[in-house]
Amino acid sequence: MALIELTGISKTYHTGQMDHPALDGITIAIEPARLVTFVGPSGSGKTTLLNIIGCMDKPTAGEVRVAGMRTDTLNRRQAAAFRGGHLGFIFQSFNLIPVLSVYENVEYPLIMINPTPAPERRERVLRVLEAVGMTEHRDKRPDQVSGGQKQRVAVARALVTNPQVVLADEPTANLDQKTAQRIIALMRQMRDAFGTTFIFSTHDPRIVEHADEIHTLEDGRLVKENHDATGGAAHA
Amino acid sequence: MRSIFKIAFRNMTRYKRRTILTSLLIILGVTMVVLFSGLAGSVKSMMVGIITDSNLGHLQIHKRGYVSSIDTLPLNLNMNAKGYENATAALERTAGVESFAPRLKLGAVLSNFVESTNVRLTAVDPAKEPLVCPGLASRLVGAPEGTPDSLLEPGQIIIPQKVANGIGIKPGDTVVLVATNRDGSVNGMQFTVSRLIEDIMGPSGKDAYMHIDDARSLLRTEKGEVSEIVLRVNPEADLIHVSKQIENALGEFKNKQDKPAFEVHTWADLSPFANIANMIDLLIITVKIVMIAIVLISVLNVMLMSVFERIREIGTIAAMGTPPVKILALFVAEGFCLGLLGTATGIVLGVAGLLGIKASHVTFSFGRMDNLLLRPDINLTELAIIAAMVLAASALAALQPAWKASRMEPVDALGHV
Repeated sequence: MALIELTGISKTYHTGQMDHPALDGITIAIEPARLVTFVGPSGSGKTTLLNIIGCMDKPTAGEVRVAGMRTDTLNRRQAAAFRGGHLGFIFQSFNLIPVLSVYENVEYPLIMINPTPAPERRERVLRVLEAVGMTEHRDKRPDQVSGGQKQRVAVARALVTNPQVVLADEPTANLDQKTAQRIIALMRQMRDAFGTTFIFSTHDPRIVEHADEIHTLEDGRLVKENHDATGGAAHA
Repeated sequence: MRSIFKIAFRNMTRYKRRTILTSLLIILGVTMVVLFSGLAGSVKSMMVGIITDSNLGHLQIHKRGYVSSIDTLPLNLNMNAKGYENATAALERTAGVESFAPRLKLGAVLSNFVESTNVRLTAVDPAKEPLVCPGLASRLVGAPEGTPDSLLEPGQIIIPQKVANGIGIKPGDTVVLVATNRDGSVNGMQFTVSRLIEDIMGPSGKDAYMHIDDARSLLRTEKGEVSEIVLRVNPEADLIHVSKQIENALGEFKNKQDKPAFEVHTWADLSPFANIANMIDLLIITVKIVMIAIVLISVLNVMLMSVFERIREIGTIAAMGTPPVKILALFVAEGFCLGLLGTATGIVLGVAGLLGIKASHVTFSFGRMDNLLLRPDINLTELAIIAAMVLAASALAALQPAWKASRMEPVDALGHV
C-alpha cells in the first residue's frame, strides 16, 4: 500500500467572479522511504500540491490518503494533530524560531506538539542534531549560524518526531549551489537512516537529479513522471 | 506549561524597547493604585477610627424616633430606666459586643458669670465611657497639675476648646449650667472646668462632657434615664452582623404602636463622614478602573503588534502541528508575563513609596483637626487583589490577539509578506 495516495485531485481558487484552477486531476501514489520532487515553473501548482499533502489545504475535488488516513476531510484541529503526528516540514526561509537556540528549536515539536518525557526528548534531539552535524552549534541562536546551518536545523526539527513524510517547499532556494547539494545529500542520508519519505518542490534542475522520483507539473497538470528504483532519478 | 511560559518570556525579550515601554505603563498604573489605595485607605481608616474611638462608638441604640429628632436633643425621647435595663440585658446576651455605655444628652446655657453661650452636652458614665470610646482621652487638653487620670468626677465639666476660647474659660474655672427639663422647669448648677476638649468632625464632635449623675440632677430626671447606649464591637466581629443580631434581640420590645421600641444605628448611619468614606472607596475603585484600562490598552496594543509581526512564525508552528489551543496559550502567556513584570515592579515601587511617606512623618489637616500624622499602609489582601486584577486584565487583553493567532490558517500565514 502506498504511503501517499492522491486520486483525482483538483483545486480551484475563487477570486471575486474569477476561478483560477491550480490543480487539475492529479493522481499519484508515493511509496515509503522515497525522495520525491515536484518540479515545474512558478504557478504550476507545486506548492498547492504540497499544501494538500501536508493537510494545510483542501482539494476542491478528489481524495487524499496519507499513511492510510483520509486527510482531505479532517477539520482544523484534526489536521493539526495529524501534521504533528505524521508529517515534518522544511521551509524555504528555514522559519526557525528566533528566540530559541538551535537545540530548543529542534526540541520544540517534542514539547509543544508531541509531548515527550525529558530524557527521551534529550536523546532524540541530540541524535538528530548529530545526524545533521549541528551538535557543536546547539546553544547558538538562529541568527548566529549560516543559512546552510539553519536549513540543517530545520531538517533536524522536521525529523525529530520521526515523521513518515517530510514536506519541503523549495528547501534550497535560499542556499548556494554547494550548500543546496549538501542539504539534498542530507535528506537522502536521513531517508536511508530513518526511512522517511521526503517530498520537495523545486525548479532547480541541479538538485533534481538526486531524487528517486520526479513529477513534473505544468498548469496544474502532471505532465511527466520519472522513477528510479535504485535511488537516483532516471532522466526523461 | 513551563515551556509555554519560557517561550512567552523569550518572546517578550524580542522587542526590548516595546516591552520596557509597555511595562513602564503598567508599572506606573500599579504604583499609582498601590500608593493611592495605601494613602486614601489609611486616611479613611484613621478618620473612621478617630470618629468611632473618640466620639460615636461603633453602634448606638436609641429609643425609636430619637435620631430623627436628634438636632433638638429631645428629652421626651430618652429611654427610661426600664428600657435601659431591657436593652442592656439584650446586649449582655449578644456575641460580638465588647462593651457598652449609657449617655444622656442635653442642651444648656453655659455661663462664666460674665458671658454665656449655648452648649450641647454629652453626659457620660466615666467608668464605662473610655471602654466604648478609648480615644476620647486623647482629645482632652489643658488639665491643671494634679488632675486625676479619671475622665470626670462629679461636679466637673469638660468644655470644648473653641467654646472655652470664645468666652474666656480655662481649666480650673467655675461655670454655671442652666438647663430646661422635659417639664419646662429650669434648673442651674455650678461646675468646675476640669479640662478642655478638641473638636472633631461629625455629630457630637463639639459637645461638652459632664458626669451622667450630674446631668440627671440638673434635669431632675429619674435614675437610669438615658438618651443613647453606645457600643464597641469586638475587632474580629462583623459590625453589620452584630448590628443585625442586636436588632433581632431588641425586636421583642415594642412601643405603644406595636413597633420596635429601639433603633440600632452604626457609626456610618450617624456620621456624615460615611459619605466621604464612600467617596474615598469610589475614588479608589475609579483609580483601579483607570489602571485596568491602562493595562488592557497597552497589553492589547503590544500583543496585536506582536501577532501581526509574527504571522509567518505562527504559520510555521501551526504547520508543524502545534494545536491551536497551545498557540493561544503562548500569546496569552506572553500578555500575562508582561502584566506579571509590571505588577511585581509596580507593587515593589508602590510599597516602597508608602514606606517612604510613612518614614517622612507627613502631617495633614482634616476639617478642624490639625497635625494628623499620615501613616499609609496597605495590607497583603489588597496587594493580592491589585495583582490579580492586573494579571487578569493582562491575560484578557492578550486573549483577542491570541485567539486571532490560534485561528490562522497555516497556508495563509506562511504566505504572509
